[in-house]
Amino acid sequence: MTDQTTDTGAVRASAPKTKAASGRVLGLGGKDLSLFLLVLGLALFAPFILNPFPEGSALSQFNAGYPDLMQRFVIFGIFAIGFNILFGLTGYLSFGHAAFLGVGSYAGIWMMKLLTTNVIPAIIGSIVVAGLFALIVGFISLRRSGIYFSILTLAFAMMSFALAYSVLTPITGGETGLQLKYFDPRILDAELAPGNPPRANLFGLNMTSSYELELGSWVFTFNAGYYLAAFMMLLAFYLSIRIFRSPFGMMLRAVKSNQNRLNYTGISSKPYTLAAFVISGMYAGLAGGLLVAMDTQVGAERMFWTASGEVVLMTILGGAGTLIGPVLGAGFIKYFENIISKINSTVLHDWFAFLPDGLENVVVAIIYPFVGKGWHLTLGLLFMLVVIFLPGGLVQGGQKLATVFRRDKNAGSVESDAAKKQPGHPGE
Amino acid sequence: MGILEVKGVGKRFGGLQALGDVNLSVAESTVHAIIGPNGAGKSTLLNCLVGKLIPDTGSVLFDGKSVLGRKPHEINQMGISRVFQTPEIFADLSVLENVMIPCFAKRDGAFRLHAIESVENEKSLQDKAEEMLADVNMLEKRNMLASALSRGDKRRLEMAMCLVQDPRLLLLDEPTAGMARADTNNTIDLLKEINDKRDITMCIIEHDMHVVFSLAERITVLAQGTPLVEDTPENIKGHPKVREAYLGEAQV
Amino acid sequence: MDAIILQILNGLDKGSAYALIALGLTLIFGTLGVVNFAHGALFMLGAFCAVTFSRLLSLGFVPEDAGDTSVGGFSFGALQQETPYVVHWFGEGTGNAIIDWAVPLSILFAIPVMVAIGVTMERGLIKHFYKRPHADQILVTFGLAIVLQEIIKYFYGANPIPTPAPSAFVGSFDFGVLLGFDPGSIVYPYWRLTYFFFAAILIAAVFAFLQFTTFGMVVRAGMADRETVGMLGIDIDRRFTIMFGIAAAVAGLAGVMYGPINSPNYHMGMDFLVLSFVVVVVGGMGSLPGAVLAGFLLGIIEAFASMTEVLNVLPGINQIIIYLVAIIVLLTRPRGLMGRKGVMED
Repeated sequence: MTDQTTDTGAVRASAPKTKAASGRVLGLGGKDLSLFLLVLGLALFAPFILNPFPEGSALSQFNAGYPDLMQRFVIFGIFAIGFNILFGLTGYLSFGHAAFLGVGSYAGIWMMKLLTTNVIPAIIGSIVVAGLFALIVGFISLRRSGIYFSILTLAFAMMSFALAYSVLTPITGGETGLQLKYFDPRILDAELAPGNPPRANLFGLNMTSSYELELGSWVFTFNAGYYLAAFMMLLAFYLSIRIFRSPFGMMLRAVKSNQNRLNYTGISSKPYTLAAFVISGMYAGLAGGLLVAMDTQVGAERMFWTASGEVVLMTILGGAGTLIGPVLGAGFIKYFENIISKINSTVLHDWFAFLPDGLENVVVAIIYPFVGKGWHLTLGLLFMLVVIFLPGGLVQGGQKLATVFRRDKNAGSVESDAAKKQPGHPGE
Repeated sequence: MGILEVKGVGKRFGGLQALGDVNLSVAESTVHAIIGPNGAGKSTLLNCLVGKLIPDTGSVLFDGKSVLGRKPHEINQMGISRVFQTPEIFADLSVLENVMIPCFAKRDGAFRLHAIESVENEKSLQDKAEEMLADVNMLEKRNMLASALSRGDKRRLEMAMCLVQDPRLLLLDEPTAGMARADTNNTIDLLKEINDKRDITMCIIEHDMHVVFSLAERITVLAQGTPLVEDTPENIKGHPKVREAYLGEAQV
Repeated sequence: MDAIILQILNGLDKGSAYALIALGLTLIFGTLGVVNFAHGALFMLGAFCAVTFSRLLSLGFVPEDAGDTSVGGFSFGALQQETPYVVHWFGEGTGNAIIDWAVPLSILFAIPVMVAIGVTMERGLIKHFYKRPHADQILVTFGLAIVLQEIIKYFYGANPIPTPAPSAFVGSFDFGVLLGFDPGSIVYPYWRLTYFFFAAILIAAVFAFLQFTTFGMVVRAGMADRETVGMLGIDIDRRFTIMFGIAAAVAGLAGVMYGPINSPNYHMGMDFLVLSFVVVVVGGMGSLPGAVLAGFLLGIIEAFASMTEVLNVLPGINQIIIYLVAIIVLLTRPRGLMGRKGVMED
């Protein structure tokens, strides 16, 4: 795991100047480029990578290469990348980011209902509306820092949730949520043939259409919706690298490090944090829009505060303030949520059938509470373990492992120093 | 007419008159020290100069423009930089980045959404920052995390961050507070060096007589919120009023 | 007029719960400097103490003299009446009364349990987070809250478990008659009234404890300036541990007595936590009177916002009023209603 965190960015600045200027592709320096290519490769070949086990084999339940789950990987990856721009760089912990995802989703589905089932206007609409909403919420919330900021964002998100559930039912569909209907206006689209339900598409390419490749007993699914979402994720990831390496990103890290000094250095921190807030809100909106583009429905529970907590966890788990961390965290959580939820006692008994009967029952009884419906228990434990033992997340864990293996003490004096540093404490 | 003109500034906290009628003029290119015993109102005065506090009465003019009611970043953009009692630096950033941020602030103003450009393409600013670091003998530490620096180096770094902006006025708030003698002397040397190399206007708030008399060209003595005397160090040394104010406080 | 009094009364019981949870949160924040997102879970655990205790009381056995009703080896369970042990031990009258009074009696059971849970939490987990950033504290306690509620869900299921109040408290008190309005215009259930008085006594007890005991004095001093008190050679850490236990007990007791008002379920803690945090922030971080005041205030405001007359004008306002008030308070009074300077500020 050779992610370069913001911290190693400092190391890179150390490289001789001539080296930095040469070999830049797409405006990315060497390590950033390889990181981007790594993510590009993972995203492109996900249908293969996530389906390593042959169909019908005992291990095939660990496969994750089906469209619905792959879409979730990349979409929540976008959500977490965006959240990381705010939390990872500035240290402002928003506990209400799901509101922007939800607002983006609502905006997206209305674009599809009113204009066209083509997903492009829906996605643009989600980004714009979520960005505007984030501008309002951010403008108010950022007048406070620390836990006050967290509570303000939480309050806004809970208000949005409550309103979407009750008063705003005409716009949000209330408890039932919104779906695409045959009788939606769709003023830009030609009329549908009767009995033909409206489907999300990209200039006619149906988002649900898939190509299945059978190789021996393996089946790989290539889904149009997934590749659209993956493309968006790559774009989002690329932009996030650029932001991390920009003067703007440096200012955001300075906000986290010492806001007082920054102000006395002639920088007004408020517009920087607000810009970061709005950008991350737009990322959340994009994620919300893509969710709608994939499953053409939305409900208010998408805005509930547990959803906000989930994106915090993804970011922390992967490594707040690192580039690839949020992507890893999102993938990790969505994967295990899916896989662990599927495990039931029959599966467990199958696994441990090799043990003597008594022991088998004991082992199954111990593990059972953590799987299936117990996924949240595992999630909570994971949450605690990561914060306690691995404040820097998976990326830092990987770096530690790498250091152990490399035994290369000189290479990372700054890196290891930086790794000890903990995620931010705004307003202290 | 000095570059900094303080006229009739007063500040009251509840029942305490922290500053009475303070008048002060800092001439361009001088090192001006404000001294006084504990509780004389030195810090209150400084906070009025940098926008942290707004005085109840009077005016503070910098280069003919009022600084009152302006935010710290606006005052910095006018050309006033500040060194804190305990060095305020960006601990989580590299030394070079610490010095580049003030460069950006100087060039781009209080805010600019340069989110897509790369820091590495800012060659001229990088050179400027490295030159500055060379000036304070810290160039070889440019890639260290600022938090890993020694206390003395943190002080030098903070100075570098202020000086790289070519401020028209450098405010120093007890730059040697809590330091051991050796560190204090190092800081004095650093300040002297800066003063020799760059013809800079400095205003030092200080408690330590040794520092003041090593550096200052003009001294204002503050006691109980009002200036007692303002004069050259030589005259201040023997001034009876000063001895009175400092009675038992310091060995002048 | 009667409608106003009724709404104030309606706000009192929820306000009491808010105030008690917020009080504990503030104690923990003020003394330990820790933002405890697991505090709602403590409230929930308290409620489940009551559930557990009532179940324990109703544990029974089949008396031997009930006669052998099994036919051909099959036993007809329905015919066998289990007799709770308490009834067996204390006799019919006393035993059934004890079972009837299970919820109030759970207090005795809940205090040691909650203190133990609180102390374990502090020693085992929270202690290691004193010097970590608030964000880390929020996250680790958030994780703990999830774990606790999932454990409860595992053992008690996802459905709310009815925990009735003693039969003596069933029914309502007619304030209308008392205050000279029409009979039936202001009726208020006995148990809610009890809950309010219980909360008031508990709050008073906590304040008295902090005000009049040496222990409380040290804790208050520690809240004001932790380092100095530590330097005076007082073992402040141990006292803070005890304080955490007390805060846990307060939240737990709030939960025990809340059972009859709303049947305990595993996520009730989270529901209350979010609101309690808003209450703490509105009251002012670190201010105990602020927490209590804001708790009752927001409870009452919420009750008023739920009136049909208000809902006709502003539909849905009851859902968002607390957040709305919080936003307004935070923007106009950055430190909350009674916040001290220098708490959670830069």
